[in-house]
Amino acid sequence: MKYDVVIIGGGPAGLAAAISVKKQGIDNILIIERDDKLGGILNQCIHNGFGLHTFKEELTGPEYAQRYVDKVLELDIPYILNSMVVDISADKKVTYVSKQDGLNTIEAKAVILAMGCRERPRGALNIPGYRPAGIYSAGTAQRLMNIEGYKVGHEVVILGSGDIGLIMARRMTLEGAKVKCVAELMPYSGGLKRNIVQCLNDYNIPLLLSHTVVDIKGKNRVESITLAKVDENRKPIPGTEKEYKCDTLLLSVGLLPENELSKLADVQLSRVTSGPLVNDNFETNIEGIFACGNVLHVHDLVDYVSSEAELAGYYAAKYILDKKEHHKYLNIDVKDGVRYTVPSKIDVDNMEDRIVVRFRVDNEYRNKSIAVLKNDEELKVIKKRVLAPGEMEQIFLNKNELHDAKTLTICLKEAQ
Amino acid sequence: MEKEMICIGCPLGCNLIVKVDGEEILVSGNTCPNGEKYAKEEISNPARIITSTVEVKNGELTRVSCKSQRAIPKDKIFDVMKEIRKKEVVAPVKIGDILIENVCDTDINIIATKNIKKEV
Amino acid sequence: MKYDVIVVGGGVIGCAILRELSKYNLKIALLEKEEDVCSGTSKANSAIIHAGYDAENGTLKARFNVEGCKLTKQLAKDLDFTYINNGSFVVCFDETDMPGLENLYERGIKNGVEGLEIISGEKARELEPNLSKNVYAALYAKSAGIVCPFEMTIAFGENAIANGAEIFLNTKVEKIIKNDEGYLINDKYQTRCIVNAAGLYGDFIHNLVCEEKIELSARKGDYCLFDKEVGSLVKHTIFQLPNKFGKGVLVAPTAHGNMLIGPSATDILDKEATATTQKDLNMIIEKSRLSVECIPMNKVITSFSGLRARPSGNDFIIKEAADNFFDAVGIESPGLSSAPAIGVYLSEMIANKLNARKKDNFINTRKGINKLNKMDKETRAKLIKENPLYGNIICRCEEISEGEIVDAIHRPIPATSLDAIKRRVRAGMGRCQGGFCSPKVMEIIARELNKPLQEVTKNNSASLLVYGRLGEEE
Repeated sequence: MKYDVVIIGGGPAGLAAAISVKKQGIDNILIIERDDKLGGILNQCIHNGFGLHTFKEELTGPEYAQRYVDKVLELDIPYILNSMVVDISADKKVTYVSKQDGLNTIEAKAVILAMGCRERPRGALNIPGYRPAGIYSAGTAQRLMNIEGYKVGHEVVILGSGDIGLIMARRMTLEGAKVKCVAELMPYSGGLKRNIVQCLNDYNIPLLLSHTVVDIKGKNRVESITLAKVDENRKPIPGTEKEYKCDTLLLSVGLLPENELSKLADVQLSRVTSGPLVNDNFETNIEGIFACGNVLHVHDLVDYVSSEAELAGYYAAKYILDKKEHHKYLNIDVKDGVRYTVPSKIDVDNMEDRIVVRFRVDNEYRNKSIAVLKNDEELKVIKKRVLAPGEMEQIFLNKNELHDAKTLTICLKEAQ
Repeated sequence: MEKEMICIGCPLGCNLIVKVDGEEILVSGNTCPNGEKYAKEEISNPARIITSTVEVKNGELTRVSCKSQRAIPKDKIFDVMKEIRKKEVVAPVKIGDILIENVCDTDINIIATKNIKKEV
Repeated sequence: MKYDVIVVGGGVIGCAILRELSKYNLKIALLEKEEDVCSGTSKANSAIIHAGYDAENGTLKARFNVEGCKLTKQLAKDLDFTYINNGSFVVCFDETDMPGLENLYERGIKNGVEGLEIISGEKARELEPNLSKNVYAALYAKSAGIVCPFEMTIAFGENAIANGAEIFLNTKVEKIIKNDEGYLINDKYQTRCIVNAAGLYGDFIHNLVCEEKIELSARKGDYCLFDKEVGSLVKHTIFQLPNKFGKGVLVAPTAHGNMLIGPSATDILDKEATATTQKDLNMIIEKSRLSVECIPMNKVITSFSGLRARPSGNDFIIKEAADNFFDAVGIESPGLSSAPAIGVYLSEMIANKLNARKKDNFINTRKGINKLNKMDKETRAKLIKENPLYGNIICRCEEISEGEIVDAIHRPIPATSLDAIKRRVRAGMGRCQGGFCSPKVMEIIARELNKPLQEVTKNNSASLLVYGRLGEEE
């Protein structure tokens, strides 16, 4: 089979991208989803807070997903479920496995990567101790509770203050569990501030900053967790250990874009985000392979995933309709507190009149400015009262500002 | 009475100081009018949207996610949860279906946030 | 229930012995205390088939290691378990270490190891480019290999079952009474003969029967396992020559394409204390970097620790310790490598004692669970057509299908826990460590065994994963 655009993943990114492709007049599309439903991880994110930007109302995850699913059905966009892509080649042959089609290879003119991300497991932190039942990544516990309907634990310690961990602290509390504390290795929280208030403060759950797990006890099921304070090098300080009796340890210690497939297609990845490096069209180094959503870089707001995916879909369609070739790129360099940008390079001659550049900072900052330097001179400066690694930032760049740019840098500087 | 709180209106997360003097509520530390509004509500009638799941029989899934149609007063949250835990519904369920009417006499309904088809 | 031989302990040693015994006209069974075989020492070790230069000349260790290393090659083919003859290096870092390396070489030759060679640091780096520039020389053992210890143990057990043996899981031996017909175990299992392969608890079993008591102690080793992405950082197993700074740690590829570093060696009192410690983990990381400087700690997917049963002497205890009571205990390293040879040796000894003759209908081969992601496209497509469950991928990291998981649940030794599934088909063994697939695997186990999901455990019956349904009173 041959398709114009194949979209890998039917979560929020894949759905928004597909709808956008279709709206450009391309019908020969296929969404490949590995789960038995469209909507991806939103189906288990039953809390509210989604869609404020996109729909100007506060939706839960399943509701937000359903709006896109409905649109996909309405536009008659073809999709297959329970189908796992196992290979993508640089010449855009996509191989997937499913019950109905067996091992099947299809060809695409353009591929949109929208596989999302996965949670960092315990092993990645090298936490010492036993390996009993009762240690879950927050998302796994979320699935067991919200989709399957099971009680995951009675007494809980959470390591990591990522948003899923905070959301699960509240969720488990509401279901009658006692969440003893949330420990965070860094001196600041990794999650959104409003989640700290709504999920922890509301239920008097302590947030212990600069703390980590130094021991896990329990041979069969978790029996206790020992936390210790860490110093400025994030090393546990002897003598600060405190043991918490509990039967469950939830880990919310970071998300990693899932790019094993991208690598098979020789897509170049950023060492900072672990996602593909893309230009202002969300196109990777492999012509005709695009990326969007959490596979590109981990977002805190699904609304941004949708808008980014919409653009990726638009550019994938444009790629097929009027093949533009990119010859000259302006790299976006980062320094002084800015970790990366998406996109990481711009084709100024062919760019839209105005584009959005999203990025994250490497620490908590107060009263700083985001500065855009063109040819080492300030192009624009935006004052920010608070900047935090947990919150994605964005700035806009205009084509007419960039025609004479030799270099472009985004950085933080002291606010004037 | 003086109370500190963090505004959840936007990512800024302003640290608010709220002084309650009889009927009068004085808010400082906010950088926009929303901060004042949030703080006043937090003092006079703190409430939250509640989301959870309800048992479904004969459905493609065994739980349907749900939410309170409006914010539930904070002191009623655990009573509402008790009702939600007890509830059982039968598939099919559609987004917006009322699962529990006027939960705990709050005048607020618990509604479905997911479509659950009948099991085939 | 009456048997000729009962093997106590379903580790690699017990299962290897059971498989060899199943070649004879004997009624045999194996008792295992856990919910699965391969649940103790056999599940957490270096997974190395050593060449056999390490043990002192004339010891049981030396003999069985060298023989076992040779046997494993053929057994892997016959019984369909993963084995790679990758060869090993023992590296040293200084000219003054050379006598030690030569000593090891001489010992190996005396032990009958073939394919040994001392090579220079340059030559070693040619064969293994990521080796540290500080490596001065290496003892290269071409016959060394790596193996999947789970597959190996299970293969022995399943092949034994195919040849008439029985395996009883969740059966802890607590009582042995000597009687006229031999021994009565737990007031239930009558047998003429017992093989004690109870690993760390080999002393307990031994002491139930024998006058002369033994004691086994536990030595713990911590390991770190790395993502497949860096699985080819080294091709050979890299040991360090023990020197005045200690025994050294290994850096090795695993049979499934990950990379492994470790172990530490800490004596502990509690025989269930499989907890890793920061101290041991730090030590293995630091030491492994002596061999391979670029050990990428951000690619660790899990760390674990394994316990070895230490005898008070320096050698394995393999003998008839009381009338018709045979010990195969104190099997520390190189136990995995020695298992096949220990099996042959003990089964011959027992067959002689019991006057048993070999069967003529022994089934010599066993086919493992289909590994679809290792198959060519056509075979894979054909199998999915025959059984569509092979097309439903459950574990995305290791690309394991529902069909393979269902197969594992219905094998001769059934996988009934999350860990048992993981050991057989590797679902949950990959980079996300079961984050995505464990709820699905739990569901499949519950469905196939027709039990509520809350009864599905991580391993033994106390390792509960969930506590009933939401809303349910407990």
